[in-house]
Amino acid sequence: MELEKFTYDNKLSKMFLFATILWGIVAMLVGLTIAFELIFPNMSDGISWLSFGRLRPLHTNGAIFAFVGNGIFLAVYYSTPRLLKTPMFSKALGCIHFWGWQLIIVLAAISFPLGFTQSKEYAELIWPIDVLVVIIWVVFGLNMMMTIVKRRTKHIYVAIWFYIATWVTVAVLYIVNNLQLPTSFLHSYPVYAGIQDALVQWWYGHNAVAFFLTTPILGMMYYFIPKAANRPVYSYKLSIIHFWALIFLYIWAGPHHLLYSSLPDWVQALGVVFSIMLIAPSWGGMINGLLTLRGAWDKVREDPVLKMFVVGVTAYGMATFEGPMLALKSVNALSHFTDWTIAHVHIGTLGWNSMLNFGMIYWLVPRLFKTKLWSVKMANTHFWIATLGMLFFAVPLYFAGFTQALMWKQFTEEGYLSYPNFLETVTQILPMYYLRAFGGTLYITGAILFVINIWKTASAGKFTRYEEDQAPAKPAPKAGEGWHRKLEGRPLQLTVVALVVILIGGLVEIIPMYLVKTNVPTIANVQPLTPLELEGRDIYIREGCYTCHSQMIRPFRSEVERYGEYTKSGEGVYDHPFLYGSKRTGPDLAREGVKTLPNYKPDSWHYSHMIDPQKLNAESIMPPYPWLAERDLDVSNLESKIDVLERLGVPYNDYLKGQDPIAHLNDQATKIAAGLRSGGIEVQDNKEIIAMIAYLQRLGTDLYNGNTQAQLNSK
Amino acid sequence: MKIVINTLEQIDGIEIYPIISLIIFFTVFAVTIYLALTADKSYIDEMKNMPFDNNNDFQLDNNNEKVNQ
Repeated sequence: MELEKFTYDNKLSKMFLFATILWGIVAMLVGLTIAFELIFPNMSDGISWLSFGRLRPLHTNGAIFAFVGNGIFLAVYYSTPRLLKTPMFSKALGCIHFWGWQLIIVLAAISFPLGFTQSKEYAELIWPIDVLVVIIWVVFGLNMMMTIVKRRTKHIYVAIWFYIATWVTVAVLYIVNNLQLPTSFLHSYPVYAGIQDALVQWWYGHNAVAFFLTTPILGMMYYFIPKAANRPVYSYKLSIIHFWALIFLYIWAGPHHLLYSSLPDWVQALGVVFSIMLIAPSWGGMINGLLTLRGAWDKVREDPVLKMFVVGVTAYGMATFEGPMLALKSVNALSHFTDWTIAHVHIGTLGWNSMLNFGMIYWLVPRLFKTKLWSVKMANTHFWIATLGMLFFAVPLYFAGFTQALMWKQFTEEGYLSYPNFLETVTQILPMYYLRAFGGTLYITGAILFVINIWKTASAGKFTRYEEDQAPAKPAPKAGEGWHRKLEGRPLQLTVVALVVILIGGLVEIIPMYLVKTNVPTIANVQPLTPLELEGRDIYIREGCYTCHSQMIRPFRSEVERYGEYTKSGEGVYDHPFLYGSKRTGPDLAREGVKTLPNYKPDSWHYSHMIDPQKLNAESIMPPYPWLAERDLDVSNLESKIDVLERLGVPYNDYLKGQDPIAHLNDQATKIAAGLRSGGIEVQDNKEIIAMIAYLQRLGTDLYNGNTQAQLNSK
Repeated sequence: MKIVINTLEQIDGIEIYPIISLIIFFTVFAVTIYLALTADKSYIDEMKNMPFDNNNDFQLDNNNEKVNQ
C-alpha cells in the first residue's frame, strides 16, 4: 500500500503549553491570595478590586478555563493529528483559537476584579465576553472536526470521542445557561428566575465539571498514559462503555447541588440516583487508567511522569467516589454550604486536573525540544511537594467542614441552638484555614520548581516545529461492519448521537420543571424589589457577596431556628438571577430583613458593619467595604433594567403604577439616609451603601408580610 | 421567565419529549454495552494500539536513562 507523507506542526502545541504554565501559576496565586484573605480579612486594605468576592470568580475561572482549558487544548492539538495521521485542519483557525482564548482570559482578569459579573458560578463572565467565548469555541470545534473529517485512519481512537463530547456538550451548556437580555453593554439579566434559574445553573455548573474538567482530561489520560508507560490501554472495551455511560449519566446529576432547596423532590431524587450511578463509569475509567500500568509499576517508582499520572488518576477515583456520597441527602445535609465542598473540588483540581497537566507537560517538553528533562530529581521533588500540598489543603478543610456543620446543628438539652452566634463556628475552624493556606503555599512552591525545570529543559533543547510522518490513505468502508465501528468512523454522526445523549437528561429535568405549575407554587405576598433594592441587589452581585453568604434556608430545625422560615420556591419568581449561593463562610441572609427574627439588625448596624466589620465583631473574617459609602449610586441604567425585567415577566408596570423609578428610588434612599443621620452617621442619600442596606432589609420579608412565625409554622 | 415558558408551551406535544428521551436512554445504553462486550478481538487490538502507530516517535525514557529506538 502506498504511503503518504505529511508533517505535524508543533507550534500551537508549544503556545498552548506555555499558556497552560503561565495561567496555572496566575490562577494558583489568586487562589492563595484569597486563602490568605480569609484569615487576614483586612489584607485587601479597602481596595475594592482586591476583595475576596471579586477575586474568587477570577480564581475559579482562571483554574478551570485558563489553566485546565489551555492544558486541554494542548492535549487536543498534540494528540489529535497523531491519532488521525493528518496535520490539524487549519493553522489560521488554530491561531485564532489560541489568541482568542487568551484574550478571553485577559478580559476575565480585568472584568472580574472590576466587579463585572453575572454571579452564576463558573459562568460569571458578562454577556459580551460570553459571545466571544461562543465564537472561539466554534472556531476550535470547526478546526477539530475538520481534522477528523480529513483523517487518514479508518477509526477514531477513544481519546478523540472524549474531545468531541467535550466540544458539543460545553457548547450546549454554555449557551443555554447564558441566555439573557442585556440592559447595557456591560450588564444583563438571565431569562430564568429563582429555582428554575438555579436548576439551569447547576445543570451547567455540574456539567462544567463533567465536560470541561473530566471528559477532556480522560481523553488526555487515554492518550498520554499509554504513551508514557509505553503500553496500550488496559481494556479498550471498558473504554467504550466508560465513554457512553459517563456522558449518559453525568448530565442528570446537576440537581444534587440543590438538595433540600426549594427544588421539587422529584428533581432532587433524579439528581441523587444518577449521581450514585456515576460511580460505575467513573471507577471504570479510573481502573482502566491505573491498570494500564500493570507490569510497569517498577517504572512508576522512578518516573515522575507516571507518578503524577498515578496520583492524578487516584485523585479522580477519590473525588468521583466522594461526589456521589456527597449527593446522598443525609450526607449533603451535613456537607452542603461547608468547607467540605471546597476540599472535595480541590482533590479534583489539584489532584486530577493539575497532576495530569503536569505529567503531560513533563512528558511533552523533552519531546517537543528534543532533549532530556533538565532534572528528574527536581520533578520528583515537585511531585512530593504537590502531593503533600494537596493533602495539607484538603484534609484540614474536611475537618473544618465536619466541625462547622456539627456546630450549626447542635442543640442544648433545653432545645436551644448550642452555638446561636454564627461567628463562634467560624472562629472554631480558623486554624484549619491557616493550614489550608500552608497547603496552598506548598502546592505553589512545587509549581515554581515545575516552571524552572520546564524552562531549563526548553532552553537546553531546540524546538522542533515540524515532525514528519507517513501513513496509507484512508481506506474505503467495507460492507458488513458492526454498528459501533461504523458510527465511530463517522465523526459528525458520532457528534449528533453524543448530542442527543447529553440532551436527554436536560430535557427530562428541565421541561417539566418549567411547565408543571405546581413545581413553583405562587405566593401572593411576593412583590418585585423596589428600584433602590434592585440597585442594591446588583451591588450585592458586583461585590460577590453570594460567594460567602447563602440565601437558601433548608428545611431543618437547626436552620429554621437560626435563620427563620425555610426558603420557598415561590419567593424567587422575580429573582433574575437566583442568589442561593453555595457556601456559608458567613451566615445565611435569606431572612436578613425580617424584624421579628433573632438575626435582624438595624440600618446603622449594617452601615458600621460594612465599613469596619471588626469594630463590631473583633473576630469576624468579613472584609470591609468602605467604598460603598464613598461611591455615588449610578442610576443611569435603572430604567433599562426595569424595562428588561418587565419583559422577563417581573410586573414592574403594575408595581410602580406609572411612578418614575428614579423618583421612587430617591424617596426610599432619602428615608434610609435620614434614619442613619438621626443616629449620628454622616452619610449622603446617593451613596451605594444606602441601596445595599435597602436590599438587605428587604430580604425574606415578603413571606412574613402579615404573617407571624407561628402562622407560618401552622401552614 | 415568561419568555422561556411561552416558548416551551408553544412546542406541540412537548409532554412526550421526556418520555421519548427516557426510552432512547435505556435502549442506546443497553445496545452500546452489548456491542462493546461482543466486539471482535482484532478490532479491539487495532484500536488500543493506535497511540503507538507513529513512525517518528522520539524514544526517550522519562528518567533520561536509556533510549530504545
